[in-house]
Order: sequence, then structure tokens, then C-alpha cells
Amino acid sequence: MANNATIVTDPDPIFGKLTWDSIPYHDPIILTTFLVVVMVGVGVLGAVVYYGKLKYLWEEWLTSVDHKKIGIMYIIAAFIMLIRGFSDALLMRSQQALAVSESSGVGYLPPEHYDQIFTAHGVIMIFFVAMPLIVGLMNLVVPLQIGARDVAFPFLNSLSFWLFVVGAMLVNASLFVGEFAATGWLAYPPLSGLEYSPWVGVDYWLWALQISGIGTLLSGVNFFVTIIRMRAPGMSLMKMPVFTWTSLCANVLIILAFPILTVTITLLTLDRYLGTHFFTNDLGGNQMMYVNLIWAWGHPEVYILILPAFGIFSEVTATFSRKRLFGYTSLVWATACIMFLSFIVWLHHFFTMGAGASVNAFFGIATMVISIPTGVKIFNWLFTMYKGKVTFDSPMWWTLAFLITFTIGGVTGVMLAIPAANFVLHNSLFLVAHFHNVIIGGALFGYFAGLTYWFPKATGFTLNETLGKWACGLWTVGFFMAFMPLYVLGFMGMTRRLNYYDNPVWNTWLLIAGLGALIVLVAICVQFYQIFASIRDRKNNQDLTGDPWGGRTLEWAMSSPPPFYNFARTPEVRDRDQFHYMKEHGLAFKRPASYSRIHMPKNTWAGIVIAGFSGVMGFAMVWHIWWLAIVSTVAMLACFIVYNFSGNKDYYVEVDEIEVMESEHFERIAVAHSAQTSHQQGLSGSQGKASITLPLSQV
Amino acid sequence: MNRLLRLAIIPLLLLLGGCDYLLFDPKGPIAAEQMELIIFSFLIMMIVVIPVFFMTFWFSIKYRASNTKAKESDYRPEWEHSNKIEAVVWAVPLAIIIALGVITYKTSFSLDPRKAIESERETMRIQVVALDWKWLFVYPEQGIATVNEFAMPVDRPVEFLITSDTVMNSFFVPQLGSMIYAMAGMENQLHLIAEETGDYRGLSANYSGFGFSGMKFKALVKNENDFASWVENVKATNRPLSPDAYSTLAAKTKDHPVEHYSQVNPLLFNRIIEKYTGMQNGQ
Repeated sequence: MANNATIVTDPDPIFGKLTWDSIPYHDPIILTTFLVVVMVGVGVLGAVVYYGKLKYLWEEWLTSVDHKKIGIMYIIAAFIMLIRGFSDALLMRSQQALAVSESSGVGYLPPEHYDQIFTAHGVIMIFFVAMPLIVGLMNLVVPLQIGARDVAFPFLNSLSFWLFVVGAMLVNASLFVGEFAATGWLAYPPLSGLEYSPWVGVDYWLWALQISGIGTLLSGVNFFVTIIRMRAPGMSLMKMPVFTWTSLCANVLIILAFPILTVTITLLTLDRYLGTHFFTNDLGGNQMMYVNLIWAWGHPEVYILILPAFGIFSEVTATFSRKRLFGYTSLVWATACIMFLSFIVWLHHFFTMGAGASVNAFFGIATMVISIPTGVKIFNWLFTMYKGKVTFDSPMWWTLAFLITFTIGGVTGVMLAIPAANFVLHNSLFLVAHFHNVIIGGALFGYFAGLTYWFPKATGFTLNETLGKWACGLWTVGFFMAFMPLYVLGFMGMTRRLNYYDNPVWNTWLLIAGLGALIVLVAICVQFYQIFASIRDRKNNQDLTGDPWGGRTLEWAMSSPPPFYNFARTPEVRDRDQFHYMKEHGLAFKRPASYSRIHMPKNTWAGIVIAGFSGVMGFAMVWHIWWLAIVSTVAMLACFIVYNFSGNKDYYVEVDEIEVMESEHFERIAVAHSAQTSHQQGLSGSQGKASITLPLSQV
Repeated sequence: MNRLLRLAIIPLLLLLGGCDYLLFDPKGPIAAEQMELIIFSFLIMMIVVIPVFFMTFWFSIKYRASNTKAKESDYRPEWEHSNKIEAVVWAVPLAIIIALGVITYKTSFSLDPRKAIESERETMRIQVVALDWKWLFVYPEQGIATVNEFAMPVDRPVEFLITSDTVMNSFFVPQLGSMIYAMAGMENQLHLIAEETGDYRGLSANYSGFGFSGMKFKALVKNENDFASWVENVKATNRPLSPDAYSTLAAKTKDHPVEHYSQVNPLLFNRIIEKYTGMQNGQ
């Protein structure tokens, strides 16, 4: 912890600033966590070795360039980090519930620890939970929706994933070796500068974000090129499924915004490592520049998270309303408007900096304008339900919970966008409630809807519906209990990031918020149990046809899980809802006349190895172990060169193999068909079965 | 419009009950206008929000697949466009945002923290310095300084000049209105006026490190006579804020007590700013 950590001014040539004192073994909470993590890690590794799966793990997963497997790995990593990020949330809620006092030293978390926790919570939830969830879903779905065999640059995709993992591991390493930043998640200088934070915490922040940020940027380029260049013939831009559209816009935002993050972090790194003065108080440094730059990235980042969630809701609403999406064109334009506008509103994060009235008015009004296309989207989803036949499977539950919750978040967002009102709401718990309202109620609920919706596509079996609905219900109730009190506290003048406070009236509301967080904990436990129970009962939940929901877009056209080459024959697209069109015209579930061999990329060690060395480099830089930083950087470059000059990157899947795999798929469809005819009368009420009635009438 | 608005606000306030809600218990015109702005913007958006809630429930009940009363014509799977609906869903939010935009524009100027408050009475000046982790208030006209407490006369406009001798903080007295950042090497301006005497809570509204939670202070709003005697009391402490005393004060402390200084260098505030801008001024 920062207060105990000695600041090593004279680094050792071998170990840099790293000493035995860097390991907080005297802290029982951290020591216990460390032991649990080590035991779980050893246990998992031991099990893998014991069952002889090490080779399988390496060859089929860790070195995989298959977008579907990378997508699954992103999502698993996100859930692991969700445990960490949510534990931080519980620690904060319990500290604030206990900490009524005139002066410090109350509760169980001293500020030196507490301040790291809220920093880590923000960083983890945004960078290592929300981002991998959405990048994971894009990986899983986008190539399938556009009829592609993989992403444009499969090796780069693997590298992106492993760079993200390295970033996450650096954040976690900071828990056990040294400390994390205690600066707030965006690490405003001068607080994050060397003068006010001489400990290694901010360095962990810098390298974790720099490495994973570069991974995200590469992903953005990859998906942009994939969507622009690799769509199936006939799929014009205005025939793209909406999730692909929103992903395209999100990736444009990544390409334009993430370089700003890279540069901003680099400048702060120079300040901390080479003593430059970009953002220091003195010698010409300008902290306002940092705040502008970080939000010029940070605001588009919010839309990178939310736009694909909007896409998911569009897909889900259309599918479960058994109807075309209402107002596709205006939805696409609304998305494009939001994409553009998200770049000219960054200043609304700091109206209170003292910019002039005209500047504040411009950014305030620009921010409000975003609520117009967003409002249009909400009405489009509502009118998609209108004149439909809506079934309430759990993705639809998340969608309804979203419509209500997100609308409230939108209202409070517009209130914050009025500069004059922002002058009293800024940095209050009202603001905290607002952004959780839109990130949880908007983005996260969307990801959960998407995960439930596409889970059978990725695995071949559906998630337990009852548990899914319980999870959604508990999340919603927990969310409202945890965050509505925060709006109230904002009106009471409570500011964010307080370690203790002297107003006993606040305590009641903070206790309610704490209870809400506990309900969310139950919801998360239900979700983990849902995954466990669904895997255990997978024989009963099988998706034999590849189309468990009566889907409308191309990802439902092949088996679940899809063959590694996705499409045995590249489809020709005629309609926006191409798979629905195929089912209507008797083209779905039909064996093509012939197959031809398929060109595929080979798995490669390069992604995980290069990223691994980047992790060593990051760790060495954090601790000023210069020789190791140099060695690992050279190793990174060497691996990159070796991989690029090796010719052995691709291969052909022969027709025999394709025929075997496709036959299995058609056999499963036949099984589903016969099962359906034998149950036809008894089960007509069951939603799951009813949805496969439509496609199978064609077989 | 304002009178109507106040009528709408009163029941809301009763509902919230009491003075725990600092933002709904304003003690000056700026905070009062900001409260009205918050409530008005909330109410105007209900024009969209209430129909959205209503439609969410209505559509999901009426168009549920299990609705046995549904007619054949209630299911139109190919229907995907309507110019009329599109026009409404674009026009209504647009109209609301135009209305809010006009108000935003006007209030950005009328409630600009830099805008001097018009009053028959002379504006008083208080210089504010954020330190680790306490607030220093310098009265250049009275020649006194205080820590974590300041007094101001009621009904008299006050110009706060705000800087920091450390990291970024935000100066905020919720019941008087606007906050503004305190940043080293820079001078921010904030104009406030109080209409009621009393002791009000003040705080830093921008996280500034380990002692941040203790960076709270009292704003004492007094009538002219009480203010004068308060100044006399501070002067009577006979404890000047010498350069040495300042460097002791500027060192990191948590939960710093209230302090009074009888004498202060009138250029202290400028010196603190110049400490950081020296290079730029070629000094």
C-alpha cells in the first residue's frame, strides 16, 4: 500500500525498484486473496495437466486465430475480471455504509487502500469487463452476420486478445506486488504525476492501459476492415444487420479515439519517467490539456460501449417480436449521428473547469442533441414490438429492463448536460448514479441480452431460461436499489470518492445502496450458476438446428456451434433479414449441390508469445528494471519478424472434411425434425420448441 | 414562467421533505435558479419519458404472443416503416431539445461563474487556495486569512478568486450555487451571493488524494455587523500568516482544524500562482 511503500530512489541494477517490501504480505485481506488466487490457479493448471489437456488447450485455444474461440475467451476473461471489479464495488459500498465520522480512521479501509479500490473498480469495469464483453461479442457474431470465414487479420485478432489479457494481468499483479494507482480511474495529473504519486501504482495504470489500449486499437482496425471488405456478395451497407452496423460505428470510434489515449498516456509516461513537463503544475505543464485529451478519448469510449449494445437490442427485439425491425434506415442514421456527435461533446465532463459561457453552451447543446437520435432508437424498438408477436424469452427481459432503466439514465444525462445545472451536480453521487445508470442499464444489460441470445450459437446449447429470468429480475431490482439512493445523495450535496463523511442522514441512503449491491451480488451468483447448470444439463438444451430462436440474420444459418470455417458455401445476400428470407423462400437448411475447398488461416504461437513479452516489458518498466525491459522489447520485435517471414500461415480445408462436418449438421436437423413431429401436439405452447417450428417446415 | 415553475416545485419539495437536500434548499439566487433549472429540465423530459414507459408496458402486453384476444390484423410481420411515426419520433425529441437548448444557452451566460452579480452593494473579494488537504481563505481587503472556514456578509456579492498550491480541487458551497475547479498556476473566478444568514457546508468536489474526504469547510453568512465583528475577532488572534507559517500550513495534513490569521501578505495569492507560472513570464 502506498502509505507503507518505501519509495526507492536508487533502483537496483538487477531488480530495479522491486524489493521484498513491495509485496504487501502484512495485509491480511490481500494475503488471503493472493493465496486463494494462487490455489485456484494451481488447481486449474493441475487439472488441465492431470487430464492431459495441456496440448489441447495450447493448440485449440491459446494459439487459436478462430474469431469464435477468441470471442469466447474474451467473454470468459471479462467474467473473471467482473468478479474482481464487483468485489471492489462491494468493498466501497460497505466502507461508505460504515464510515460516518468527523475525521478519518473510520470504517475498515484507510484512504490509502480505499482510493486504490475506486480507481481499480473504474479501470477494471470499463477496460477489462465492458470492453472485452463487447469485443468478445463482436468477435463471435460479426463475421457470422456478414457471411465471412474469419476476420480480415486473424493473427492480429489473436494478438489483440492477448494484449488485452496482459493489461488485465498487470492490473491484477498490482494487487500483490506493489500497489495500484490511487488517482481515480482517469488519473488526472498533477495528482498522477511523479510529484504527488511517486509510487508505482500509476505506472501499473499506465502500462496496463497502454498495452491493452493498443490491443483494442488493433481490434478496431481489424473489424473495420472485416466489415468493409469481407461482406458476403449482395450485402450492401444498407443490407447489413444492425448489430454489424453499430459495431462498424463503434470500430470507427475506436480507430479515431484510441490513438488519443495512446498519445496521452505516452505523454504522462514521459512526465513520470523522463521528467518532462507536459502535465505538471510548473515549467509550462498544462493539466487542462490532459483533461481535454483524456476525455476526447473518454467520451467516444462511452459510445464504443453503448452503440453495439443498441445493435444487440435491435436484433433481439426484431427476433422475439417475430417481425422486421421498425425504421432500419433511421436507426442506421441515428447511429451514424451519435458516432459523429460523440466526438464534439467531450468538454461536458468538465464544465466546471472555467471555460467561458459560449464554450460551455456549445458543448451543452451538442450533448443534448445526442439525445434526439437516442430517443429515436428507443421509439424504433418500441414500434418493432408494435404489431408483433412478442415472446418473452430472457433476452427480451433484458431488453425491457433496458428500455425503462436507460430512459431514466438519459433524462439525468440531459440534466447534467445543462452547464448551469452541472455546476451543482458535477462530481456528485448524482453523476455516479447517472453513468452507472447508462453503463449498466444500457451497455451491460445489452451484453447480457446478447450473451443469452448468442450463447447457443457459440456452444450448441441454450442457457437455462428460468435462471436467466431470475438473474435479470435480480439485476434490475438490485440496480434500482443500489443507484436510485445515489441520485438522492447527489441532491443532498454528497460528492463522489469520499472515504468518510460527517452527515448521518446520508448513512440511511448508503445502507440502502449497499443492500442493492448485495442483490446484484445474488444476481451475479445466479448468472454463474446459470452457466454451470446449463453446461451440466446441456443434453436437454441442445440447439440441433442452429436456429434456436427463429433468428433473422445469417449467423443462424449454420450449425451451433458453427464449423470452424463458418460457411460451407458463402451465401448470396438478397435481403436485410437474409436468413428469414431464406426460410420464407425455402432456401434455408438445404444441402448445397457441391462444396469446394476452403482457404483458412493457421493457428499461431505468435499472438500469445508477443503479448507475453509485452507483459514482461510492462512489468519491467513499472519497476524500472531497465535490462529486462530492453530484452523483452527486443524479444517482441524478434518474434514479430520471425512470424512475418515464416511462410507457413494458411492451408486448405478439403471437400471430404467439409462434407463430413456438414452431414453431421444435417443429421442433427433431421433429429430435431423428427423430435418435433412426434411432440407436435403436446408441446405447441412451449416457446423454445415453437420457435423451431418455423424453419423445420422447410426441411 | 418562473412563477408557474415555483408552483410546480413546491409539492416536489414537500415530497422530498426537509433541508437535507442541499440542492433544493438554496440560500442564494444562483443556487435557486440552478434548482429551478434541474426541476424544469426534468419535467419537460417527462413529455417523452412517460409515453416511453407507457408504450413499453402497453406494447409488451398487447402484442405478446400468448395474447388469445389478438386479432389477425394485429400481427404484421413485414411492416417496418411509417413516415408518420418517424416524423413524430424525430420531431418530439427535437422540439424538447430546442426548448432545452434555448434555456441552456441563456443560463450558460446568466449563470456564468465569471459574471459579476449586479447589486447596489460593493462586491467583496475572497481569495481561495486549495492545499493538501485544507482550504485557505485570504481577505486582501481586510488583511486576514482563515483555514477551513470563511465568513461573508449577507446580500453582498462576493467574488471568489480560486487557485491551488497542489493538485486540482473543486470549490463548492452547494447551497450558494456553482462550483469551480482550483488549479495551480491559474486563477478561476466565481461570483456568489447569499440571501440568508447561516452556516453552510462547503467541500472540495474533486478528488485530490488521501486526505480529500477531510477537505470540508464552513461558509458563515453573517449580517454586516456580525461580519465586521468576526473580522475583528480574527484580527485579534494576533497570529500573522508569515512565510514560515504558510509553508507549515502548506505541508500535507488531514482533517485540518479551523485556523485564523490576523495578518497576511496581500500578495500571497499572486505569489502562489506565480510560483508555477514563473517560467512563462520569463522570471
